[in-house]
Amino acid sequence: ADIISTVEFNYSGDLLATGDKGGRVVIFQREQENKSRPLSRGEYNVYSTFQSHEPEFDYLKSLEIEEKINKIRWLPQQNAAHFLLSTNDKTIKLWKISERDKRAEGYNLKDEDGRLRDPVRIKELRVPTLKPMDLMVEASPRRIFANAHTYHINSISVNSDYATYLSADDLRINLWHLEVTNRSFNIVDIKPANMEELTEVITAAEFHPQQCNVFVYSSSKGTIRLCDMRSSALCDRHSKFFEEPEDPSSRSFFSEIISSISDVKFSHNGRYMMTRDYLSVKVWDLNMENRPVETYQVHEYLRSKLCSLYENDCIFDKFECCWNGLDSTIMTGSYNNFFRMFERNTRRDTTLEASRESSKSRAILKPRKVCTGGKRKKDEISVDSLDFNKKILHTAWHPTENFIAVAATNNLYLFQDKVN
Amino acid sequence: MFVRGLKRKCFDGEEDIEGTLAGIKAIPSYNLQRQSLLDMSLVKLQLCHMLVEPNLCRSVLIANTVRQIQEEMTQDGTWQMINTQSTGQASLDRLVSTDILCRSSREQAEGKHVPSYGTFSKDFEGDQGQDRSETMSTASSVQAPRNLQSNVWEMENPQENKGNFQKSLDQIFETLENKSPNSVEDLFSEVDNSYYDLDTMLTGMMSNTKMGHCDGLETFSSPTNTASNSNCKSDLNELDHIVEILVES
Repeated sequence: ADIISTVEFNYSGDLLATGDKGGRVVIFQREQENKSRPLSRGEYNVYSTFQSHEPEFDYLKSLEIEEKINKIRWLPQQNAAHFLLSTNDKTIKLWKISERDKRAEGYNLKDEDGRLRDPVRIKELRVPTLKPMDLMVEASPRRIFANAHTYHINSISVNSDYATYLSADDLRINLWHLEVTNRSFNIVDIKPANMEELTEVITAAEFHPQQCNVFVYSSSKGTIRLCDMRSSALCDRHSKFFEEPEDPSSRSFFSEIISSISDVKFSHNGRYMMTRDYLSVKVWDLNMENRPVETYQVHEYLRSKLCSLYENDCIFDKFECCWNGLDSTIMTGSYNNFFRMFERNTRRDTTLEASRESSKSRAILKPRKVCTGGKRKKDEISVDSLDFNKKILHTAWHPTENFIAVAATNNLYLFQDKVN
Repeated sequence: MFVRGLKRKCFDGEEDIEGTLAGIKAIPSYNLQRQSLLDMSLVKLQLCHMLVEPNLCRSVLIANTVRQIQEEMTQDGTWQMINTQSTGQASLDRLVSTDILCRSSREQAEGKHVPSYGTFSKDFEGDQGQDRSETMSTASSVQAPRNLQSNVWEMENPQENKGNFQKSLDQIFETLENKSPNSVEDLFSEVDNSYYDLDTMLTGMMSNTKMGHCDGLETFSSPTNTASNSNCKSDLNELDHIVEILVES
């Protein structure tokens, strides 16, 4: 099994897609309610597996293009088939996943095994009939959106008009129409004329969930720009600029690095957005640009370890974050296979662990705690014992129910709320 | 928990250091740690030159950190102190390329005379105007490895990429060259010359068309690993150092 690089529920939550470092996409489907197995509802089983991207070699630049899937985004379902967009560093593909559970039998010219029938032996015409067969799930690439990005694609986002989507790399954001593959429209370009002046890159971008003219993008300097596509064709000038003033007392050489935003997500209701930087998650009200309305510390105990984390490159890890369906709880990952949930109303936070030892099937997860100093209590784990190779970068929350998917390196964990 | 390859002069509990900055006693230690951070950052940037697909965000953040340190060093005069020892870089405004900085800081660690904290122009755009006169004198012509990507920012110009990598390589090898004549002789004396022929080494790199993390590097490091002469190993510290970091990353 390969390292999972993205996790995403579809709009109904019945399907869960994962992409991995080897370019594969695995889709899980939720089991339907079944009277004979009442507990089976809530289980996700493999529905389809396919190779989305292959490694490529760019001969012009002598560069390898990794097949790692950076992002998957589902399209809303409009017919029996399912569609999703998957992207690696350079190319976005639209995949159609469809089911086939019937097969035509009784052809006139061919036998069932495909051999041609002897014309002499055909005595009558018959109409082929549809017979049931074992369910087969097929994935086929319907569109390939290539050659539009010089730098590495970090985000894709489907617009609420369900006809367009954006793709963002380190310096540019392009707007695509789902039907058109030979052309995209550049809407943001922050590449300086002189590359030596480059000090800031785009780290994430997303369309507003309801307003199809609005999108945001975050930067490596900890800022978010909200752009309105109605104001101008090239959205280099933002409509809103979100930045929290820096706290001078906590300034260090690592301040900029830890302020770099690794993920930005709109709330389902479209009134808020959430950003993840290295140590915290912040919730912003779209109507207030000068500071976030809520800040949650994910692993503040790492602040004194920043130099070591810089040395081993962990400080550059890009954690994602997600909202629950009601926008009342937010979730993000940490190290040692820990992930954190923050309830916005009660300000209650929980730390849980995704590991084989602590996750027996149907067992209730025990909350974990990191000891920051002084005496370590019985069940606590000390900061120095944390395994920084076990990082949870990707998590997803079911759109309506309390199901969560947590990717821990090459394992996928699915948890659900305690059912009484 | 962490460290591979780099000296652990790290300063966890950095806030404490900043808090005591006012005390004169604390200042040398702060400078040392700041220097260590600078060294670390430059090595990271240097590695970016060698990886196939440098992560632009990471490179930008590291470069900004380096610039920040250098600005601070300029402000509190440390810059000036180092500069007076240098061979002729007068202006504090000009900062040196990352490659030279990398090399010079190692020499500094070994007690050698520091040539420069000259110009830090980000070595990412192929800067044609920069001085390329530092060439190998001992080795025969160094063939530019065509399959290697060196440029961090600008991925659009393969010509410049080759040039930059050539320059990086030149400077790495020049480090070896700049040591005292004795050590250079030691370097080459007891070893089968064909193995240490730089042409062979680089041709070995070139023959690896797939620049995965370790493929090209194994070729790169194999001459050093199989060297029978222990003198060679110590004199090739910098190469090993870089290779070790690359292999483990």
